[in-house]
Amino acid sequence: MFKIINKEQLHPSIAKLEIEAPLIARKRKAGQFVILRVNDTGERIPITIADSDPEKGTITIYVQEIGKSSALVNSLKTGDSISDVLGPLGRPTHIKKFGTVVIIGGGVGTAEALPIAQEFKNAGNNVIAIVGAREAGLLVGLEKMAEYSHRLIVCTDDGSKGVKGFVTEALRQLKEDEKIHIDYVLAVGPLPMMRAVSNMTKPWSIKTEISLNSIMIDGTGMCGGCRVTVGGETRFVCVDGPEFDAHEVDFDLLQQRQRIYLSQEKESYESFKKA
Amino acid sequence: MTEGTKKEKTPRQKIPEQNPAIRSKNFNEVNLGYTEEMALLEAKRCIQCKNPRCVKGCPVEIDIPAFIKKICEHDYIGSVLKIKEANGLPAVCGRVCPQEDQCEKECILGIKDKPVAIGNLERFVADYEREKDLVKKPAVPKQTGKAVAVVGAGPAGLTCAGDLAKMGHKVTIFEALHISGGVLVYGIPEFRLPKAILQKEVDFVSSLGVEIKNNSLVGKTMTINEMLDGEFDAVFIANGAGLPMFMNIPGENLNGIYSSNEYLTRSNLMKAYAFPKYDTPIIKGNSVAVVGGGNTAMDSVRTAKRLGAERAMIIYRRSPEEMPARIEEIHHAEEEGIEFHLLTNPIEYFGDDKGWVKKVRCIKMELGEPDDSGRRRPIPKEGSEFEMDVDVVVVAIGTKANPLLSQTTPELPINKWGYIVADEQTGKTTMEGVWAGGDIVTGGATVILAMGAGKRAARSINEYLQTK
Repeated sequence: MFKIINKEQLHPSIAKLEIEAPLIARKRKAGQFVILRVNDTGERIPITIADSDPEKGTITIYVQEIGKSSALVNSLKTGDSISDVLGPLGRPTHIKKFGTVVIIGGGVGTAEALPIAQEFKNAGNNVIAIVGAREAGLLVGLEKMAEYSHRLIVCTDDGSKGVKGFVTEALRQLKEDEKIHIDYVLAVGPLPMMRAVSNMTKPWSIKTEISLNSIMIDGTGMCGGCRVTVGGETRFVCVDGPEFDAHEVDFDLLQQRQRIYLSQEKESYESFKKA
Repeated sequence: MTEGTKKEKTPRQKIPEQNPAIRSKNFNEVNLGYTEEMALLEAKRCIQCKNPRCVKGCPVEIDIPAFIKKICEHDYIGSVLKIKEANGLPAVCGRVCPQEDQCEKECILGIKDKPVAIGNLERFVADYEREKDLVKKPAVPKQTGKAVAVVGAGPAGLTCAGDLAKMGHKVTIFEALHISGGVLVYGIPEFRLPKAILQKEVDFVSSLGVEIKNNSLVGKTMTINEMLDGEFDAVFIANGAGLPMFMNIPGENLNGIYSSNEYLTRSNLMKAYAFPKYDTPIIKGNSVAVVGGGNTAMDSVRTAKRLGAERAMIIYRRSPEEMPARIEEIHHAEEEGIEFHLLTNPIEYFGDDKGWVKKVRCIKMELGEPDDSGRRRPIPKEGSEFEMDVDVVVVAIGTKANPLLSQTTPELPINKWGYIVADEQTGKTTMEGVWAGGDIVTGGATVILAMGAGKRAARSINEYLQTK
């Protein structure tokens, strides 16, 4: 059992949880994730580790409610326990001194990108962060992202905070209007956002990596449920990823596989909300 | 001997089982087990050979005639204790061992008649002990002060851990999944090996003083070197051959196409067959094709039937004689209405515009000369292509070594296929303090072979610890 040391409700649908997991806290590197299972009948789901405190022995995750399992996590309180947490999983982000690095976060992806931004800054890069969400209430990790970047651009679809528009528009402005030389882009967030970023940077030939969010079960490379095609080859997101060269990812296949359980997910979520 | 009367030969007792039409709609255990009467009748068939061939056929050399004799004496507990001297998981082995290739194959009665049903008898006494709640925890031996880490709570790991604990060592098993058992829990379905029974076997190992730490992925959560530098004097690696194999034919990434590992893990480990009571979903196809001919393929296709498939089919490239699955599983599958498309191989999958698999294109095969496995090589028959409608496909063609552990432990000696290189007799590797056994050494094999490796490694580790 993994105790929740502190749970903060950032928004009705966004929870920040600090969980007691000393072994994971000690080992974890930026970009890695955990697989968690809330209770005995629960699913195993992957969640990126946003932060960790090795001394305290805790890890921090941000969860956005989009279905039953994330709703279950969202409903937990400080002092509750999560049945199972496995990690740290996946390959850590490959941190290098590229020069000017743009970190793009969408929704809770911003929180997940925090440790990565921090590492890139520590490695001597000039870090520009672009973070976006549908509305101001769904923005997370702004304070920390400001700390871990040299420049922070905030976007909201509805203009309730920062610039009105998508993160891709802010990226385009940086490159085409301000003529900033960008050496590397990393995007973490909803799949359509990461796809749009990739499509934008491809003609610019800027190295771009994204953190994929496939459906997973074990998270250790034994089932192939999370398989994607990258550069024409089959890769498992859980052990070969979660980050990949965006320009090589078959987005159509990824989006196709994300839809496999749509009807069961809907059924589960609706039952949960009624109960 | 009474003159003029020939002793009536008792036929081999058939184990009662659920009716196929009923059992193909539920996940309850197919075999119902012998009654005491049947067990006694069957045990009395054994002629107590002076030089028992059956013992040599058993990978862990259970003293078979001895345990059967105790059944005849109505000493069922004595019988299971006799088995447990060599095999710590009799309730499991009695259910899943391919006895027809092992002990029963050697049984002398099999020459003119049917062999003694050794597996059914092993199951009977194991179940008797458990159901009557007569499982006794052995006395705690004197502690040696030495600590051993075991990687993986599957058959090899559980066996090695149990044996080492009985020798007085402090053993900790590190298991990645949230429930212990390895293939026993994620691979073998409920209808062949009830999980409640498996859990009792795992609990017994714990009761010997073994600590099992779930949610521990060695290579990520902790490393082998940390274990050896820290509190452990030796490590036994038994993490299995868990990498799924795909055929890499066109269309294999369409929705509805699963590796058998994923399909069975969803159904067995995560209980997706009970969705939505359990949250993990599984696609319940109407026309399901399973590619392969081993136990995993049988498990997958019979699971599909139970999930409601009108057509549950096996597609296998060789002939019935080459199928590696346990005879009883093939037999049960046939009774349950599984369709067998043998000497057939898939070559391509087609889907609809939403990415769901709809058809499989197959080709007929014929058998040529034997290949490396000793079995006749299947050769495609040109011009014999045909198509079948499918909405779910399960690829059950075998598994390979998962590279996760070896990638994070460079000193671990592995061969070109990624399996760990270990001494056949002792399980020792060239890495100081490290032993390995089970599927991670041999590739996908059987539960009993893994257990045998666990036993041999425990003996070798024990010897090594005495020199430290």
